[in-house]
Amino acid sequence: MSGYATQIAAILIINVVAAYAAYMPLACGQLNLGIAGFMAIGAYTSAVLNGHGVPLGLSILGGACASTIAGLAVSIPVLRARGIYLTIATLAFSEVVAAVLLNVNALGGASGFVVNDHMSVAPMAAVMVLVLAAVVWLSSTRFGLCMTAVRNDGRGTAVFGVKVRRVEIAALTIGAGFAGVAGALYAHHFNYLEAQHFNVLLSTYAVLYALLGGLQTPVGPLIGALVFTLVPEFLRSTDQWRYVGFGVCIILLMLLRPEGLLTRRLIHDLPFRRRLA
Amino acid sequence: MLAQQLVNGLLLGGIYALVALAFSLTIGILNFLNFSIPALFMLGGIVSCAMLSKGYGIGLSVAVALAVTGGASLIIERFTFRWLKNSDSHIPLVSSLGFLILFENLVVIYFGSDAVGYPSPFGGASIRVAKLLLSLPQLASFAISLALIVTCYVVVTRTKLGRGLRSIAESSVISEMLGVDVGRTVSGMYLISGLLAGMGGALFGISYLQVSWDMGSEVALKGISAMVLGGMGNIWGALLGAMIIAGVEVLTISYVSSEAVNVVVYGLLLLLILVMPNGLLGDRAILVERM
Repeated sequence: MSGYATQIAAILIINVVAAYAAYMPLACGQLNLGIAGFMAIGAYTSAVLNGHGVPLGLSILGGACASTIAGLAVSIPVLRARGIYLTIATLAFSEVVAAVLLNVNALGGASGFVVNDHMSVAPMAAVMVLVLAAVVWLSSTRFGLCMTAVRNDGRGTAVFGVKVRRVEIAALTIGAGFAGVAGALYAHHFNYLEAQHFNVLLSTYAVLYALLGGLQTPVGPLIGALVFTLVPEFLRSTDQWRYVGFGVCIILLMLLRPEGLLTRRLIHDLPFRRRLA
Repeated sequence: MLAQQLVNGLLLGGIYALVALAFSLTIGILNFLNFSIPALFMLGGIVSCAMLSKGYGIGLSVAVALAVTGGASLIIERFTFRWLKNSDSHIPLVSSLGFLILFENLVVIYFGSDAVGYPSPFGGASIRVAKLLLSLPQLASFAISLALIVTCYVVVTRTKLGRGLRSIAESSVISEMLGVDVGRTVSGMYLISGLLAGMGGALFGISYLQVSWDMGSEVALKGISAMVLGGMGNIWGALLGAMIIAGVEVLTISYVSSEAVNVVVYGLLLLLILVMPNGLLGDRAILVERM
């Protein structure tokens, strides 16, 4: 692969994993706008562990653990009040993480932080497949069913004896773990971290990939991240207009296909599928 | 020195208060975090700046900017409320993000990505009152912000539109049954929040003499913090919260460092939402309780 293609593939893999980080809480109706913060925790933890001689695989795992713990720590107090409060709390959390990282000189501060080990695209793709497999497996379990039920009707689900808060906390925590993985992959592929990269826009894009792809199936975020990473890349020659087009796409898609690109119905209508009665 | 900083914070707070109020109205009434408000704020600044640099007067420039932001806000209403009824609660939020991306990049295309000096006819005029240096445009902006907030309070509590809005905040279905024209009332609310944000942007330009395509995001985050601090959906809460946030910001810059501002402001926001999610003055008071 050429350097350009490798770069695009790496960005695509990171975007897909980040989209799943946003997908998990969204799948039970909670909007996490702090993906960037969890990614930053994963990235810096993994980079620091790696810098102290921990092997690459273990450092990434360490990064994922750190962001999972952070996710749990944020979600337990916040999910008492859901919805808009969670969105704002995660947004604030992400800003705090980025601002703290910018001020800690041991982590490079404003001048950035150099990461030791490099990770090429193939093992990154393997990690992405692992994440994807984990999500597909999770959504086939009882827990996955509970997530969908909570998203469709939280109160109704509670009536049937599901511990709604636990499901929400678990989903947000697992999502935060995925964000940590995405951050660690970013750190080890680009080998350089700066706190300013982990801003609101990064979280926003992760959420957009998941929502534009569709929440009904676990494959939705993959499609969303694929389409909305690659299409703007092919339109690079149009410069700034592609972002305008992206904005228009988001608005129209939400109007015409509010459930996202890939819906259950679409899969159902695919020609090679046997039609159900 | 301390007094001077506090005065600066107070004057900055006026602009934060307008943005906080614009957010607060949509959250209080529709429970929807409208991410197009930073774009409208930016449009208010950029459009008035473009008109001024073409040689038009300040009055006309601000009027055109307000017409643009009000009109844009009504278009946004179509795509985030009217045509999206009965949809998932994230959908309007995502559409409003779409508008943010759309407007910011259109402005980059037509006005460039560099910060532009704001050709204000008042410049940096200032007066001295008892050792305090007061910038006249900032002072005037603060007075205008305050007047707008009071007007907004009167509209929400004393007019037919306001009564409709408060009933929709309680329940949109029941207020429709009781004869409230939900479509027009919500349009009115979008118009008000668009005008507040646009005016905030124009006043920001007049006060700080610089506008750019990304001026909205930073102010919007501060506005959201102010709104949560005061209590979401609470008009006076937005004002009080904005004063405190701006004061904390200015004091942190002068006594700690400018890099520490975000740690302090967003740390405060996170702490508040964890321990006191209803804010200082109570969540959705005024809008819901005094029916």
